[in-house]
Amino acid sequence: MLTAILEHSSLFLQQLVNGITLGSIYALIAVGYTMVYGVIQLINFAHGEIYMLGAFISFSLLTGLFGVGLPFWLAVLVAVLVCALAGVLLDIVAYRPLRRAPRLAALITAIGMSIFLQNLALLIWGAQIKSFPRNLIPAFFNEPALQFGDVVVSWLQVIILLTAIFLMLALQLIVHYTRLGRAMRAIAQDKTAASLMGVNVDRVVSYTFALGSGLGGVAGILVALYYNAVYPTMGYFAGIKAFAAAVLGGIGSIPGAILGGGILGLAEVFGGGYISSSYSDGIAYAVMILVILVKPNGLFGRQLRDKA
Amino acid sequence: MPLLKLKDVHYYYGNIHALKGVDLEIYAGEIRTLIGANGAGKSTTLMAISAIFKPQRGDILYHGTSLLGRAPDAIVKAGLCQVPEGRRIFPGLTIQENLEMGAYCRRVKAAIAADLEMVYDLFPVLGERRRQAGGTLSGGEQQMLAIGRALMSQPQLLLLDEPSLGLAPLMVEKIFSIIERIAGEGITILLVEQNAHAALTLADYGYVMETGKIILEAPANELLSDERVKEAYLGE
Repeated sequence: MLTAILEHSSLFLQQLVNGITLGSIYALIAVGYTMVYGVIQLINFAHGEIYMLGAFISFSLLTGLFGVGLPFWLAVLVAVLVCALAGVLLDIVAYRPLRRAPRLAALITAIGMSIFLQNLALLIWGAQIKSFPRNLIPAFFNEPALQFGDVVVSWLQVIILLTAIFLMLALQLIVHYTRLGRAMRAIAQDKTAASLMGVNVDRVVSYTFALGSGLGGVAGILVALYYNAVYPTMGYFAGIKAFAAAVLGGIGSIPGAILGGGILGLAEVFGGGYISSSYSDGIAYAVMILVILVKPNGLFGRQLRDKA
Repeated sequence: MPLLKLKDVHYYYGNIHALKGVDLEIYAGEIRTLIGANGAGKSTTLMAISAIFKPQRGDILYHGTSLLGRAPDAIVKAGLCQVPEGRRIFPGLTIQENLEMGAYCRRVKAAIAADLEMVYDLFPVLGERRRQAGGTLSGGEQQMLAIGRALMSQPQLLLLDEPSLGLAPLMVEKIFSIIERIAGEGITILLVEQNAHAALTLADYGYVMETGKIILEAPANELLSDERVKEAYLGE
């Protein structure tokens, strides 16, 4: 009896650790959706592909695929910066010309950019799943950082969680206590009024894409390390799920995206562990649907103006 | 040289010819008002000056140089700031943050802090509630916040769009006395109003706008006694 309870609680704890890890990754991606939605009311469906690019670029820089092999941390840093820049370019090339167009046009363009970037990755890196060579990543990543009985928390899991927490706090500080953050919130509330106060809206939108895309890139790298797999469609599923997390939390709300990411990660892992692993995605979406049925604007959502 | 001069400004809003050759000028230190009925093109004129709308024809000169082709933020940096119709404060930002948004183009922190205190002196109710969200204020207080926010940009020329709209008579009086006080500080004011009587009483000079055109202009006291103005806008 006692051993059964212990076994049960250790399974529970292990799932909890895995769920929190996955949730913090979803949260990192979800804030990118929610920030862009907040300022220009666009669901950037190509955000998942930025995350995929983060994984591929760090992989390429690490393995010297483009002629230069960088040390691990430098490769990560450069990959994140490239992602931030890619997000800015994506906005300037694909979305900015459509700022005054009906929202549907921008939405369709976003889906188009998602497919385009997936195929671009396919062209550059091929369809085969890549994995990081073990000798090029820090060895301690897969060693246990904490261990209680059967429950193991790897260093990588600790790093994922701490990175996510650190970046979310930094983001909150930027949004609430800087000139840029104030401008972002002002634009989210009234774009014309922000313009009338001298805010260069395009520039602030660019910074928003840079921040969101940088965080998405970090998430891509962390996931690539966690599952040790990099492939062109990896951004598609993670993107849809993080989008669901953002909706669950209330699209436009950063704390909502963080909470939504956490809930979705936990639902997926616990659903997979206790019900059936083949339904883990379905369970995660079911949780989202339930929340949306009860709170149509999401957990922290504002009442949305309905303009299609 | 006039501080601001609009020369034959035309603006098409889609297929609608919203401004049909507007000519208007204002000299430094004056209060001029633009009156007219709903839909005459008064707000459109201000939005064209603020570069939110880009005129297709004509020119807008500020200190003798054209403002056309400049972005809205460049207009604010040049010293023109608008208090838009319906106030359009940022409801989710605190009162202080709203005011700081007004100083968005300025960099000198000490000067911004000093102007913040100046605005709180002008509107004590804002100072008392500086940590509160802008959306919690009453209509009149929001109008004060919108004016204070524009003052934070250190404007030479303040564009006011319907500051009395939807306010109780006592509050209208208060807002107009504040506008007079601001003008007394040497800030030039272009006031768009439907409340023609109050606007003409305050202003030095007035323009009457109808369906996208200026149909009448004269010193404000002359417009106040003009039969056509009396009949159409003063309800006498």
